[in-house]
Amino acid sequence: MSVLSLTKPVRRPGRVDRLAVLGGVLIVLVALSAVLAPWLAPYEENTPDPLHSLDPPSGAHWFGTDFAGRDVLTQILYGGRTSLTIVVAVLTVSAVVGVTLGVVAGYAGGPVRDVIMRVTDVFLAFPALLLSLALAVVLGPSVTTAIVAIAATWWPWYARLAASVAASVATRPYVDAARCLGVPAPLVVLRHVLPNSLTPVLVQVSLDAGGVILTAAALSYLGLGAREPVAEWGLMVQQSQTYFTTNWWVVTFPGLAILVTAFAFNLLGEGLRAALDPRRVIR
Amino acid sequence: MPRYVARRLGQAFLVVAGVVVLTFVVTRLLPGDPAVAFAGPKATPQQLAEARARFGLDDPLPAQLWNYVRDLAAGDWGTSLRTRRPVLSDLYVAFPASLELVGTALLLAVLAGIPAGVLAARHRTRLPDVGVRVGGMLAVSVPVFWLALALQTVFAGTLDWLPVAGEYDVALDTTSPLTLWTNITLVDALITGNWPILTSTLQHLVLPAIVVAAYPTGVIAQMTRAALIEEAGQDHIRLERALGFGETSILVRFALRPALNPLLSLIALVFAYAIVNGFLVEAVFNWPGLGRYAVDAIGDSDVPAIAGVTLLVALVYVLANLVVDLLQGVVDPRARQR
Repeated sequence: MSVLSLTKPVRRPGRVDRLAVLGGVLIVLVALSAVLAPWLAPYEENTPDPLHSLDPPSGAHWFGTDFAGRDVLTQILYGGRTSLTIVVAVLTVSAVVGVTLGVVAGYAGGPVRDVIMRVTDVFLAFPALLLSLALAVVLGPSVTTAIVAIAATWWPWYARLAASVAASVATRPYVDAARCLGVPAPLVVLRHVLPNSLTPVLVQVSLDAGGVILTAAALSYLGLGAREPVAEWGLMVQQSQTYFTTNWWVVTFPGLAILVTAFAFNLLGEGLRAALDPRRVIR
Repeated sequence: MPRYVARRLGQAFLVVAGVVVLTFVVTRLLPGDPAVAFAGPKATPQQLAEARARFGLDDPLPAQLWNYVRDLAAGDWGTSLRTRRPVLSDLYVAFPASLELVGTALLLAVLAGIPAGVLAARHRTRLPDVGVRVGGMLAVSVPVFWLALALQTVFAGTLDWLPVAGEYDVALDTTSPLTLWTNITLVDALITGNWPILTSTLQHLVLPAIVVAAYPTGVIAQMTRAALIEEAGQDHIRLERALGFGETSILVRFALRPALNPLLSLIALVFAYAIVNGFLVEAVFNWPGLGRYAVDAIGDSDVPAIAGVTLLVALVYVLANLVVDLLQGVVDPRARQR
């Protein structure tokens, strides 16, 4: 009898989590709508129409129009391109930098590891938002600035993770064997340690995508990321917030776009982690 | 244990030193001449030179760094260009307000997150579990500034149930002025028995605290659920079940205990995160904390103030991590080996 839901059988291999599938489907939809924005969008990007400013949602404008008369749905579709570009760029840069430093630290051990890890600690302690703010002030607000700023505070997490994984991989027999055969250290790292340290990092990357979306939106909301004429969800919220009380759609829909995208990435990331982490029995 | 403590303290010190250097470098990179900002737009060249000399801006960079470190250690964190007050005394007012907000939010998060996690683990794979998982995931996915705007518009604007912004009704400063002890308004109002300000602050706290609490609640619920389910596979659980304990009481009395250790470190990490996340919330609700101070400082390129906030937040982060590591060293001897 199964009053005890805790005694239910452990996850069967190959069984897929429905929530993760939902996340994956949502991401495909968001990505498709961003890529196909020029064909899907009912209006041209960034075309103000003063005669139709702040129109409520209707057949002509499904999500209404903003204060300048731009179609909110169109801006959201184009905004998805900005957000996804930022996500891909930030995660690529920070994963490459973090994994490189982390694997070197983990394999080398000793003082090399100590130095790299202390530098990592410093960047971890440095508040992400504030470093982003400072960089945005220096470089001027733009999508590129947002990418640099977020990547600068994101890589330490991958360095830490990769270092601990690489350190354990470095003790495996096949690594010893390669070393005994006289394979030079850089090649050992590249051929044996790196490929076997990647899985947890990839899982972490998929878990982090939602966080990057939120951070990028927050930067743009503060006026430190994307600027006009680039369409970006956080920027849309910031520009429309004064009209929110009387025109609910101008803030609600861009915010929902951020929420749904971050939610989808988080669902998928959790599902991947559960599926790829054999230690865990949680579904 | 003493060796562990010493090593951990040494590491923390190195990190703080690194953060100080990084802060120095970043603030040097910031555009805008602090001398011009201080002396004002109509300053004569002579006044500018005086301001320059006063801030030591003519010295070589290493000397400036050394002066910066020496001043920091002496408690001189510079003078805010905007408020014209010492940065440290500005922080002394702003930080308690942030602590009040984040502390309340974390309390809410623990009170909501742990029971939610227990509920999910108890009814695993059924409706409550799915509800908690989806709800927790939504809570960590919601953009805080948007949630803040939405709650503010609905509950303070349209429904008019709660105040729109601020920490308490400023009119109360004249009718029942608050005696400051800790600068944390709630605590001060409580110990001095200032009920009007206490109720007003609580009302003002509700919305921003809920927004700041969203992320920690989601994380804590997910973590509690995961820890409980992992613990439920242990042998001692089978024994307790054989002894006839009910499922819920097994979870709460036996499975939750070992899960508290990782939860503690999670809460410390989330605390530092929540302070920075709270910046956006403070900006929306005009909460007089670090976030609003930082956002104002950024608008005015107030370099000493920005540097001060950065340092303080980094110190809080290092301290939170240190406390967690030391506590775990006490609780779990294996942690000392790491």
